[in-house]
Amino acid sequence: MKIETRNEHFQSPTVLGRLLQKLHIDIPLFILLALISLLSFVILYSASNQDIGTLQRQSVRVVLAFCLMTALAHVNPHQLKRYSASLYSVGMVLLVAVLVLGKVALGAQRWLDFGFFRFQPSEMMKISAPMMLAWYLAEHPFPLNWKQQAIALALIFVPTLMIAKQPDLGTSILVASSGIAVLFFAGLSWRFIGYSVLLFTSSLPVLWNVLHDYQRSRVLMFINPESDPMGRGYHIIQSKIAIGSGGLSGKGWLGSTQAKLDYLPESSTDFIFAVFAEEFGLAGCLGLLILYFLVICRCLVITLEAKDPYSRLLAGSLTFAFFVYVFVNIGMVIGILPVVGVPLPLISYGGTSMVTLMATFGILMSIHTHKKFLPH
Amino acid sequence: MSRGRPVSSSRKVRDRFLENKIFFNRVLVIFIFVSVLMLGLCARLIYLQVVGHEHYAVLAKNNRIKISTIPPTRGIIYDRKGRVLAQNLPSYSLEIVPEQIENLDDTLERLKDLLDLTEDTIEEFHKQRKHHKRFDSTPLLLSLTEEEVAKFAAARPFFPGVDIHAILVRYYPYGILTSHVVGYVGRINEKELKDLPEQEYSGTFYMGKVGIEETYEEQLHGKAGYTEIETNAQGRSINILSKVEPTAGADLYLSIDIDLQKTAYDVLEGVNGALVAIEIKTGDVLAFMSHPSFDPNPFVNGISYKAYRTLQDSPDRPMFNRALRGLYPPGSTVKPFVGLAGLEYNIMSFHQKTYCPGYFQLPGFAHRFRDWAKWGHGSVDLNQAITESCDVYFYNLALELGIDRMHDFLQQFGFGEKTGLDLLGEKAGLMPSQQWKRKNKKAGWAAGDSIITGIGQGFMQVTPLQLARATATLANYGKVVTPHLVSKLVRTDHTVTEAAKTNSVIPLKTKNVDDVISAMVNVVYGEHGTAKNIIQEGLTYRIAGKTGTAQVYTVKQNEQYDKEINVKFRDHALFISFAPADNPQIAVAVVVENGGHGGTIAAPLAAKVIDQYLTQPIQDENRNP
Repeated sequence: MKIETRNEHFQSPTVLGRLLQKLHIDIPLFILLALISLLSFVILYSASNQDIGTLQRQSVRVVLAFCLMTALAHVNPHQLKRYSASLYSVGMVLLVAVLVLGKVALGAQRWLDFGFFRFQPSEMMKISAPMMLAWYLAEHPFPLNWKQQAIALALIFVPTLMIAKQPDLGTSILVASSGIAVLFFAGLSWRFIGYSVLLFTSSLPVLWNVLHDYQRSRVLMFINPESDPMGRGYHIIQSKIAIGSGGLSGKGWLGSTQAKLDYLPESSTDFIFAVFAEEFGLAGCLGLLILYFLVICRCLVITLEAKDPYSRLLAGSLTFAFFVYVFVNIGMVIGILPVVGVPLPLISYGGTSMVTLMATFGILMSIHTHKKFLPH
Repeated sequence: MSRGRPVSSSRKVRDRFLENKIFFNRVLVIFIFVSVLMLGLCARLIYLQVVGHEHYAVLAKNNRIKISTIPPTRGIIYDRKGRVLAQNLPSYSLEIVPEQIENLDDTLERLKDLLDLTEDTIEEFHKQRKHHKRFDSTPLLLSLTEEEVAKFAAARPFFPGVDIHAILVRYYPYGILTSHVVGYVGRINEKELKDLPEQEYSGTFYMGKVGIEETYEEQLHGKAGYTEIETNAQGRSINILSKVEPTAGADLYLSIDIDLQKTAYDVLEGVNGALVAIEIKTGDVLAFMSHPSFDPNPFVNGISYKAYRTLQDSPDRPMFNRALRGLYPPGSTVKPFVGLAGLEYNIMSFHQKTYCPGYFQLPGFAHRFRDWAKWGHGSVDLNQAITESCDVYFYNLALELGIDRMHDFLQQFGFGEKTGLDLLGEKAGLMPSQQWKRKNKKAGWAAGDSIITGIGQGFMQVTPLQLARATATLANYGKVVTPHLVSKLVRTDHTVTEAAKTNSVIPLKTKNVDDVISAMVNVVYGEHGTAKNIIQEGLTYRIAGKTGTAQVYTVKQNEQYDKEINVKFRDHALFISFAPADNPQIAVAVVVENGGHGGTIAAPLAAKVIDQYLTQPIQDENRNP
């Protein structure tokens, strides 16, 4: 009875709405994602020096990513929950494989080459780690005993450290933050959070020694980019020039000089936000930030409305990971965070992060549209 | 199991309620957390894009705009008939942008295998590099051969940061004929670069080093233009934003007649010496030759050290500009001027005779000042004294004139002073006076000093240019001739500057000048004339002249002049002349170092130049190319 009324409550008045509901698509989220993807094409066209080929390749990825999202939206969260542990295990095996026999790409060992395509297990971990943790914490509600706490922390930090070792600082931050988010949503005590922050701060010197040289230099550059304007500080300085010279209203579409004249490195991937800021100014930036904020808000609503512990832990965690994604990228481009290799979600050129992100949105949509089938 | 189940169940229900509450709180905390950080991003964006906008906008502009100098085209140098003496030929240079090269030494090493690259060139490049910005193109090799261009073009992909540029290279078609007049340009060296205006020369590799090229550097160089170029991060030009065209240097028309110059070169073949020919009415220098000469073209792109040493070490000193800087005792060529001084100061009349026993002795002194003719000339007047070049006559005259009157009179003809020729590095020579000796030799003037000055020996020193100029002034009846090489300067805006003319006149009695000139005519045409060997049949004009045989080596008293004396100590042969004698057009001075007798050695050379000038009159003088 209760299930049916819920169903009626969600009944859309329009035909299209009903169709989308059948497809398990969340309309507000879908519209927001479509808008951001559209914006991605606009800015990529400019950042790639008006290269149609780039747009074509990206559009194939977007289409594939949206298909994957729709497909995942159909998968019942219950199923996801069942496969959480196995997915996580596969991910871990692949991470080990990468460390042992991965291809070195861009000085970092991230890829597994399967001949016909190259696969990045760390990307998969962005989803399977929070799934695993959500599953574990749904099974073992708070308060946890010390053994369970240790297991939970190990579930987060073993893959995190392995990814950091590759080295892929950006992804490891995302994996860690999504894992920690699960703990947080599950009710991790404030006292524990306080102690952890204290412990983390005091362990920074140790962490410093663990970092790769290039990671250290990035952090140092972040602190004082002007110390080496032609070398390692170059990215940050040029990016700040691009953003600052954009001003209030920007230089107009295709008007970016920093990117067009190659001053700005990685202008269509990690630093695409700088091109956007240069061309569309503060107005455009605030608009984009609002779009992202709306996505996060919608996902938080989905999280709140999720009924079973697994779903809401997973939804909350994925939402928070998305925010971290946005924040780390923009933060590094505007010079308030060190340069770590994180693309701007849904806008940067590249397929891997796009696919992973759309998969998370597929899961979120699934969680939102399958509530009626979930057993309580 | 059954006992624990309700407990567990009730705890779970309670937990769910608590969990919901906690979860709601946690979502709220996350929402606030996200909102705050988002606002942080906004704040930072406002800081960058509003507060820092102006700062970053300037940085962005500076990032992409590069000012690049466009070197002006150097002015062309023509002779008086419009024939090109110095021009710019299109060529190729190999240039390096140091910033774009990871390992410069390795690149240079590899270029060495490919092209003809010497250690000198590399050293020069490193010197040049210090004065160029790292992202500026710095020349390594100038004027590549076609073959080298082809070779490099094929290997270019392996040499990032190295490229071929089209440039203009200075070329002197008449080479060896013009090197002492036109001079040459060369690579700007470190020291010169400091003194040059940076903006003007930042795109220029050459500047005038000697000659007209040096003297008229400012005019020939022109004015550099510039472009504002939009560049990318690699420094490649993308787009030209604005452009100011350079102004080409002014073209120079020299007074030199290259045909006459060629004749001057030919007649001096095989000897060391100089010949200067001046057009009397205008001061145009028609021929200006220092022999031996050298090819200026290798200097343009940097002469090799070995070739330079060969030129430097040659005992004939080909790089020494004898016409401009060679100092010689004038010898007997000074006699017409001293004679004229005697007439002007009323020491004697033209026909007043003096006895010449073959030597001159000061009363109370044993020292004999000898005449070149051992047995003497007998009783001679000024006419004979000049014609036969009697020394004793002039010993007497000089003694009576005294050095200060001689100094004052001869100085008016330009002896002891720079002629003011528009060529840097001129020597002033020396016209001695009592004051000069006191100051420089710390000794009083002796009568003997005056006596030998009367025959152009002793302290007096002149340049061939000064001789020619003094002769021209004499032939001009005292209207001072100021020689010049550039007769016309044509700028790109078609404004023309002509050589300045002086109007200073030496107050001379025409009768006296006529007398001296008649004596100089007799030098050539008189029965005892010292230059009568130059008379040729069928000449329609007459040459007036004076021979000179300047002692380099003082023959001791009671010693015979040894004919087999070391070449270096042989007398210099000199000849001054002008023609036609009744309507003077051209004055020519010749010095042949260690040539021997002026009449036999120097005079025929001058005669050939005069003949060419007068029998093949210069036509369409100011023809433009």
